[in-house]
Amino acid sequence: MTLLKDLTRGLWRENPIFRLLIGMCPTLAVTNAAINGLAMGLATSFVLICSSIIISLIKNFIPSKVRIPCFIIVIATFVTIADLVLAAFFPDIHAVLGLFVPLIVVNCVILGRAEAFASKNPVHRSIFDALGMSIGFTWALLLISIVREILGMGSVFGINILGKAFTPFLIMVLPPGAFLAMGVLLGIMNTIQDKLATR
Amino acid sequence: MKLFLIFMGAVVVNNFVLSRFLGICPFLGVSKKIETAFSMGIAVTFVMTLSAMASWLIQNYILIPFGLERFLQIVSFILVIASLVQFVEMVIQKTSPALYQALGIYLPLITTNCAILGLALLIALKEYSLIESLAFGFGAGAGFTLAITMMAGIREELQFGDVPKPLEGAAIALIIAGLMSMAFMGFSGLIAM
Repeated sequence: MTLLKDLTRGLWRENPIFRLLIGMCPTLAVTNAAINGLAMGLATSFVLICSSIIISLIKNFIPSKVRIPCFIIVIATFVTIADLVLAAFFPDIHAVLGLFVPLIVVNCVILGRAEAFASKNPVHRSIFDALGMSIGFTWALLLISIVREILGMGSVFGINILGKAFTPFLIMVLPPGAFLAMGVLLGIMNTIQDKLATR
Repeated sequence: MKLFLIFMGAVVVNNFVLSRFLGICPFLGVSKKIETAFSMGIAVTFVMTLSAMASWLIQNYILIPFGLERFLQIVSFILVIASLVQFVEMVIQKTSPALYQALGIYLPLITTNCAILGLALLIALKEYSLIESLAFGFGAGAGFTLAITMMAGIREELQFGDVPKPLEGAAIALIIAGLMSMAFMGFSGLIAM
């Protein structure tokens, strides 16, 4: 029962992007096409889950005064792995995501979960918590990137769905579109949350 | 002349916040009052200029000579930045308690500001010289200060505005950032970098 609670926490109630507003930099920067949003979500998930497991395993050996640098080293190691794997097997996606793969290190979602959950709870609960947060992060990224790709290019995952009659709003795949799409989506999510809360 | 172009490029054309999406967290979190936003900007500029220098030294005197730049770049940069922030904090606390009070909690928070690590990685990527790195770091910090102070100015006015309830807080801030970003797009092409 607790495990299920750990898993579902990240999906909506404590969704890192729409409810807690952390990890905003990659959310805005790489969501110009659905495939990029998905790739970023999965790369972050990999780092989050692996580092949660390791941190939860070694939590008793780390002196509490130097815990943050220790967490960062564990996270940075997995980010290096993710960076090299992406560069080797998916060079196209790696080129598009560019700077934002190494920047997963400073994604507050990961350090936040390490500090708030993995360093205080046993391994199996940490895995479920990391998994839930990962799914929550990935669906949010995917939603934003799909909205931006439909409005900006008229397509989803590169497949044209709106036909020739639709004039794409190019602005949506450029930097301003990220802020506008995220702002409006956040407004919609707040409305849904208010509806849920009053019911 | 090249130094000036690098500086202006980092301030307006490729503004770190509005067109590179680096440092969004403090941009949204610490932009409610002009005074604190400006202090945060100054602190970030200071750390950015120092970390531009530190990461350039690490990259060119340690990582490249030993052939480690593929494997240890991320780990070493983040450690250097974290210790640098700690060091700056101690120095400011000793030399100028007034400034330390003014910056408050913003100093330690800078460690997890992705603009700093992003700057270190960009400098390594662009293979700038030491002086160019310093100009780039200072420009990036100035651009951040410009964006966050403007944002705080708009948000102070906005307190008296009639914002729809679901958009209150971060949502309206993001929409404002979108409009600012659109305005900054007018600078693109001004300097080809």
